[in-house]
Parts: sequence; C-alpha cells; structure tokens
Amino acid sequence: MKWDEFFVTGDPLIYGADVSIALTLIGVIFVLTYFKKWKWLWTEWLTTVDHKKLGIMYVMAAVMMLFRGGVDALLMRAQLTVPDAGFLDSTHYNEIFTTHGTIMIIFMAMPFLIGLMNVVIPLQIGARDVAYPFLNAVSFWTFFMGAMLFNISFVIGGSPSAGWTSYVPLAGLELSPSVGQNYYLLGLQIAGIGTLLTGINFLVTILKMRAPGMKLMQMPIFTWSSLITSVIIVFAFPVLTVALALMTFDRLFGSHFFTLMDGGMPMLWANLFWIWGHPEVYIVILPAFGMFSEIISTFARKTLFGYKAMVYSMVVIAGLSFLVWVHHFFTMGAGGAVNSFFSITTMLIAVPTGVKIFNWLFTLYKGRIKFTTAMLWSLAFIPNFVIGGVTGVMLAMAAADYQYHNTYFLVAHFHYVLISGTVYACFAGLHFWYPKMFNHRLNEKLGKWTFWIFVAGFNLCFFPMYFLGLAGMPRRVYTYGAADGWMSLNVLATMGGVLMGIGFLILVYNIYFSFRYSPRETTGDPWDGRTLEWATAAPVPFYNFAHVPEVKGHDAYWIAKKEGRAKEKKPYKPIHMPSNSGVPVIMSTFFFISGFGMVFSWHWMSIAGLIGVLATMVIRSFDYDKGFYVSVEEIEKHEQTTE
Amino acid sequence: MANNEQTHSHFPWSHVIGFALSIILTLFALWVGFESGLSNTMIVVVVVGLALIQATIQLVMFMHMTESEDSKYQTGTILYALFIAIAVVVGTIWVMSFGMSHM
Amino acid sequence: MDAVEHSPNTPLEYQSETGRLNILGFWIFLGAEIALFSTLFATYFVLDGRTAGGPVPAELFEVKGVLIETFLLLTSSFTCGLAIHYMRRHSLKGLFLWIGITLALGLSFLGFEIYEFVHYIHEGAALTTSAYWSAFFVLTGTHGAHVAMGIAWIALILIQLKQRGLTPDTSRKVFISSLYWHFLDVVWIFIFTAVYLLGMVM
Repeated sequence: MKWDEFFVTGDPLIYGADVSIALTLIGVIFVLTYFKKWKWLWTEWLTTVDHKKLGIMYVMAAVMMLFRGGVDALLMRAQLTVPDAGFLDSTHYNEIFTTHGTIMIIFMAMPFLIGLMNVVIPLQIGARDVAYPFLNAVSFWTFFMGAMLFNISFVIGGSPSAGWTSYVPLAGLELSPSVGQNYYLLGLQIAGIGTLLTGINFLVTILKMRAPGMKLMQMPIFTWSSLITSVIIVFAFPVLTVALALMTFDRLFGSHFFTLMDGGMPMLWANLFWIWGHPEVYIVILPAFGMFSEIISTFARKTLFGYKAMVYSMVVIAGLSFLVWVHHFFTMGAGGAVNSFFSITTMLIAVPTGVKIFNWLFTLYKGRIKFTTAMLWSLAFIPNFVIGGVTGVMLAMAAADYQYHNTYFLVAHFHYVLISGTVYACFAGLHFWYPKMFNHRLNEKLGKWTFWIFVAGFNLCFFPMYFLGLAGMPRRVYTYGAADGWMSLNVLATMGGVLMGIGFLILVYNIYFSFRYSPRETTGDPWDGRTLEWATAAPVPFYNFAHVPEVKGHDAYWIAKKEGRAKEKKPYKPIHMPSNSGVPVIMSTFFFISGFGMVFSWHWMSIAGLIGVLATMVIRSFDYDKGFYVSVEEIEKHEQTTE
Repeated sequence: MANNEQTHSHFPWSHVIGFALSIILTLFALWVGFESGLSNTMIVVVVVGLALIQATIQLVMFMHMTESEDSKYQTGTILYALFIAIAVVVGTIWVMSFGMSHM
Repeated sequence: MDAVEHSPNTPLEYQSETGRLNILGFWIFLGAEIALFSTLFATYFVLDGRTAGGPVPAELFEVKGVLIETFLLLTSSFTCGLAIHYMRRHSLKGLFLWIGITLALGLSFLGFEIYEFVHYIHEGAALTTSAYWSAFFVLTGTHGAHVAMGIAWIALILIQLKQRGLTPDTSRKVFISSLYWHFLDVVWIFIFTAVYLLGMVM
C-alpha cells in the first residue's frame, strides 16, 4: 500500500482538516506538558471510575461529535442550496451524509444521553456509584475508541459512503471496495460493546442500588426511562453486533450472508439492521422523555401528572419497539400481510407516546411556570415533537409510505423527532444538570439566545423539507436541476441550518463564558429541585452522599424539604469506594489497535490487538483490589468545605 | 433462600434427575425426527418443544434460576429474552419469506 | 450493606454485595446472549437451503458425530452442576475434581467440533462456499468460540482457587462461570435440534 492510498489526498477540505487536527493535537500536547498536567490527566480522568467524571467525558465527547456531525450537515446544506452546485462531488457528498448520520446517532445522541444518565442516575437513586464502576469506565473508553476509529476514516483510508444504514449490495465489497465501510463496521462494533455494558450496568444499578425506602414506583421518572432504555439496549445491541459481524465476514473473509452471489440475501441485512435500528430509536428518545418530565415537573412546580401512566407507557414501548422494524422498509415488498401487521404495530406504538404528551400538558396546567432555559427547551419540544410524531403516523401507513419513502418528507420526519426530541433534551438536560457537573450554572441569557436561534433555525431548516419531499425531492441526492423547482425551499432550509450552527456556537461560547464568570454554586439545589440529585452538596463530593438518604415517597427530596429533613446532621460512617484503574483505557486502546488492523486487513495487527485485550482482561481477573474506605475525618473535612 | 435443603443434602438428586431427563429428551427428539413418521411440520413443533423443555431443565435445575433474592429479575430477564428470541426468529423468517412458503 | 440479611446457610457466592450484584448482572448478560444467538439462528433459518449448487447439509451431517458432541456437552453441564454442589458443601477437592472433568469434556467437545469442521471443509463445504454454509459455520463457530473462551476462563479461575481457596470472591467467580457453561449447553440444545436434527430429517 502506497502512502497516498493510506492517507486521503487531493481534496483541499481534507487537507484543511489534516492541518487542524495536527495543530489541535500539538496544542493539546503542548498545554499538557507546559502546565505539567499529564499526571493529573491520568489520575483524575483517564483512570477514573467515578460516574460523574465519566459522564462529563461522555458529554464532552458528544459535544465534539455534535460539532463534527454539524459541520457535515452544513456542508450538505451548502451543496444543496442551489441547483447544480459544484461545491461537493457525488462521492464526497455520499461520504458526508454517511458520516453525518452515523456520528449523530451513534457517537452524539447516545453518548450525550448516556453521559447525562451517568451523572444523574446514581445521584437520583441515592447511590454512591453505579453497580460496576470498572465496567462503566470500560463502556466509556470503548465508546470513545470506537468513535475515534470511525472518525479517523476521513483522513486515513477514506470515509464510508453507503449511508448510515449501510444497505448491501452498495455497502458490499464489489460496490464499496475501499476501507471506509470497514471503519463503519469496526467503529460501531467497538462502541457497541460499551453500549451493551452500559445497559447491563444501569439495569443492575437501578434495580439494586436504590436508597432504602425507594420503591420501584417511587423512582424519579428519568430513572424509570433509563431503566427501560437499558432493557432495550441489552436486547437490541446484540442484534447489531451480529449484523455488523456478518457483514465484516462478508467483506473480509468471503462469506455469503448478504452477497448477491452464492445464495446470499442482501435484504437480510436491512432486516437485521432495523431489528436493532428501531429499538435504537427508542434508546435515544426514552431518556429524552424522562428528562423533559423532570424539567417540566420542576419548573411547573408540580408533581408529574400521570406518573403511573408514564411508567406503563414506557413499559409498553419497550415491548412494542421490537415489533415494528419492518416499517423502515415497507417498499422492499415483504408482502401484504407482513406490511399490514407492522403498519398496525407502528400505529399502536404512537398511543403510549400520545399518552405522555397529554401528561406533560396536564403537568403544566395550573403550574406556576418558571421559564428557565431548560424549561424553554422542554416547552418547545412538545409542539415540535408532535409535528414529527404525526408525520410519523403518516409514514406508518404502508400504502402511503410508497409515496413518502426515500423522499425529504422522511428526512423532515426523523429530524423532527430526533432533534426536537433528543437534541432539545440534551440541551435541556445540559442546562438543568450543569450545576451538578461543573458546580456553576450556564448563563441563562446566553442560553436563551441559543434556544431562540436554534429553535427558529431548526423549524426553518426542516419544515420546508416536508414540502420538498411531497414535491418529490429524493433524499441522498447530491444535487438537483433548476427545472425541478426545489431551490426556494432549499434556500430556506440552508438558512435554517446556518441559524442552528450559530445557536450551537453561542452554546459553546456559553460554556466558556460560564466557566469564567458564572457564580459558583453554594447550596447544591439551584432550581428548588424535587429529586435526590439536588440533595447532594455543591460541589458534589466524590462519594455523592455523606449519608445514604432515606426515601419516603415520590419526589423524595421535595418531601424531605417539606418535612425539614433536608439538612439533618447525623454521625458519619466510613464510606466504601472503588479504586481507579488504568485497565479500561488500555484495554480500549488495544480494541482500537485491533480494529484498525482489521480495517486494513493487517491481520498481524488485529491479532496483536486482540491478544492485548485478552491480556488486560486476565490482569483484571487476577486483580483483587476491593477499593478503599473514606474515613470519617475525611468526610467531615469534605462536608465542611462544601457547605 | 429457597433451596436450602437442596443445597445441603448429600446426594445431588436434582442434578442427576436433570441429567437423566436431558439424555432421555435428546434421544426422544432423535426418535421423533427419524422414526415417528410424523409430518414435517409436526416434527418441527415437537422437537422445538422438547428443546424448550430441556432448556428449562438446565435453567432451573442446573443454573438455579429461581434461587436467590433476585429470582424475579433473573426469571424476568430470561422470559423477556424468550420474547425477543421469538420476535427475532419468527419475525425474520416471516418477513424474509416474501409471501412464499418457507422450508 | 455487607454482612447483613443472610443466614449462615446462604451460599458463599451470595454473601457479599458484589456477589449478588455480579450474579444478577451476569443473568442479564445471558439475556443479551440469547438475543445474540437468536439473531444467528434467524439468519441460519433464512439462509437454510441456499446452498448455491454446493454440498447440502443432509449429505454431510452424521448422527453419530453429532450425538457424541451432544452427550459430551450435556455431561459437562451435569458435572459442572456437581462442581457447584460440592462448592456449596465447602468441598474444594470435590470442586476441583468435577470442574476438571468438566474442562476435559469441554476440550473433547471442541476437538470433535474442529474435526467435524475440517471434515466438512475437505468435502467442499466451507465458510465461503455458499450462504447456507456461511450461516452454519458462523452459528456453530460462535458457539464453539464461546466454549473455548469458557475453558480458558474457568482455567484462570482454577488458578485463583488454588491461590486463595474458597472465599466469597472465588466462589462468586466459579458460580458465574458455571452459569456461562450451562448456558452454552442450552444454546447447543437448540443447535442440535434446529441445525443437525432438522437438517438431517428435512
């Protein structure tokens, strides 16, 4: 292999990216060395098993990925603004919509939500960490390494270009001979390990680590949504693991699962992909629902309306989400009975979602609403999500779907549910729980600027796409002709996209601005919160709770405040905490090496990497470190400084 | 703990019975397949049924699924997994048959 | 939270908080494994019969070899259960004996399976031959790889047992690995039924 096959060459945009990546790396290394921060980085962050720090790293990585995916989106909008534009060629455009979709779903939406779950869930249930802190670190680092493996594709070897769904035969070896598709397969595979472990971890954490007295039906609703999400993760991700492995075998070892020759069935890929893919949609929306519920209840200053209905509707969604996958490929022609069945299940799953919308509205009804930034995102979510949901039911009708399928109508639909559902929730949750992560609030004024600009931009960008779809514009085309008459709506969409970009930049500036100028928290309860995370001190000590809280009902902290138990003093007891470990990050690095070797079919490298992974597992198995105890004196010291 | 007497008895009866049942069920499935003369559909139904019974024996008698304070969660997990397994296997076969009869 | 809420009769592996958490977590992991193997089975059923003019399974499968493999694995599951029985009676010697037999049976199973695969490849049925054989080799191969992992894992735990004796930690590890081992037998029951038996009969 020559060097110009190894590195991507010939495109000024890529050279620009090369230079900026190199400069950033050099800058980071310089800063760390100059300020002598390497040891700090290793002991405080790379080896940490603290759920709050892992959560922060998840969120930071997700914001980085949001930037990358957002740049991809703006490049696409730039190309589509006017007919016959020559900004991107077709290959480059295909690569960009592929990486945009994959990154936004797998490396942005999921880690953002999982990051917030990491920060919040143990605090909300009154626990000192998750059930398996070590595995939690493995989860983060495998996600991170998987994401990095996927992302380096655009400078080394070339990006995948078969769409985030990677349908065969397009994604097969004959039509996608470059290594790009291998990056997709292995990046997702490695990140998927982490996601599966997260699912198991949070399931056990929520089932077993709740503070004494907290019954299942008294858990905060975000905890409930995370529990259901974890269940879906545990049972959906193995399906993706298999699907990716089978395509990897097809491409690297000559098997015939999805090939056109020797009995393979290309359509089986679509089937397996969406058996995972539809539950995945609920994996990224249920935690969002949970966050909105918490925020709406807090700022309407009322208990959540219809708590039980909320819980049961999520349980129903967990079951039904595995029975609707065919609606992603009605036009494949699976037959009338199949299409009708999946059409009906799809419409059924809209019912529990509708129930939740009414619950939020009734929670707001007669509430004394505080319009904080987090609340604004939650309020904007409701109408925007309804638009996305209703158009989803339109798509659910198999016969009508033959018209909408593969048009911008679909693009508009899923951006309406994913952005106004998941992305709004990420922003709302970030503002809401930011004090728990960084001990200061995000600036509200800048937050509201972000909100108004982003929401206006979002609607301007995606609402016209419904009409573009109805006017026949197919998705995934890199250009169109002037005679098609799609230009004016595309111009609007691009303007909306630019506004969203500006909104994002203000958010990033807000993070910097608030870090510099926001007053530090003193109480740990900035919003007059209802659930236990607000009972922790500011900043949250690494052991979370000096006393394990006692729970006497739903909205546990609210009750404690009402009964005057919020600031009770009791004698401390030593606290058991897990030790840090360097194994997760090293193990994940070996995963990365192994994956990189597989991408280029350098089998010596992939085998060496796998041996490294196994070796780190053996080391872990023989490690009988049982953590350490925080002494009473140390707790007292902490509790004095934090109050 | 539900299984104290079982744990502390001297002879592992439940294991021996489970093992004997597994062997008998395996041989019976073989007989159903080759000698029973049932229709193909019936053979599929019966041997898959036998496999499920054998799996249950493993889960309950060997793996002690129903012991410990978490037996509800353990059993629930396996039952939900069974639902997923049926949805994935039956669903996939049905969807990928494209209206034609399979097998 | 340790050292409460259990009687002296509670098995060692359930006595620590970590023990209880890890055992429940492993059950959930087994749930995920069921989803994984279901997907492989679904793939196998869809690709069943797609032999592209190459060898068909009924020509190659033999009752004798399959039965040997099945009884080896069934018996190993039984002996693994006995090992736990002895562990719960605090008999380290019984535990070592029965785990040793389990590993020996597992290794023989692997030997027969590798022999079977090599035989098929000689007869012209390999991963690359047709969709059917791709599905066959990946389904049975994934199971075989699990068995190999299980053997290596249990061997590591035996070393730790030798070093430390029976503690809540080591007995937890033995118990969890036994769950894994039984589970592999559960998967094999379905491979035996759906792949071999129905493959020969249909």
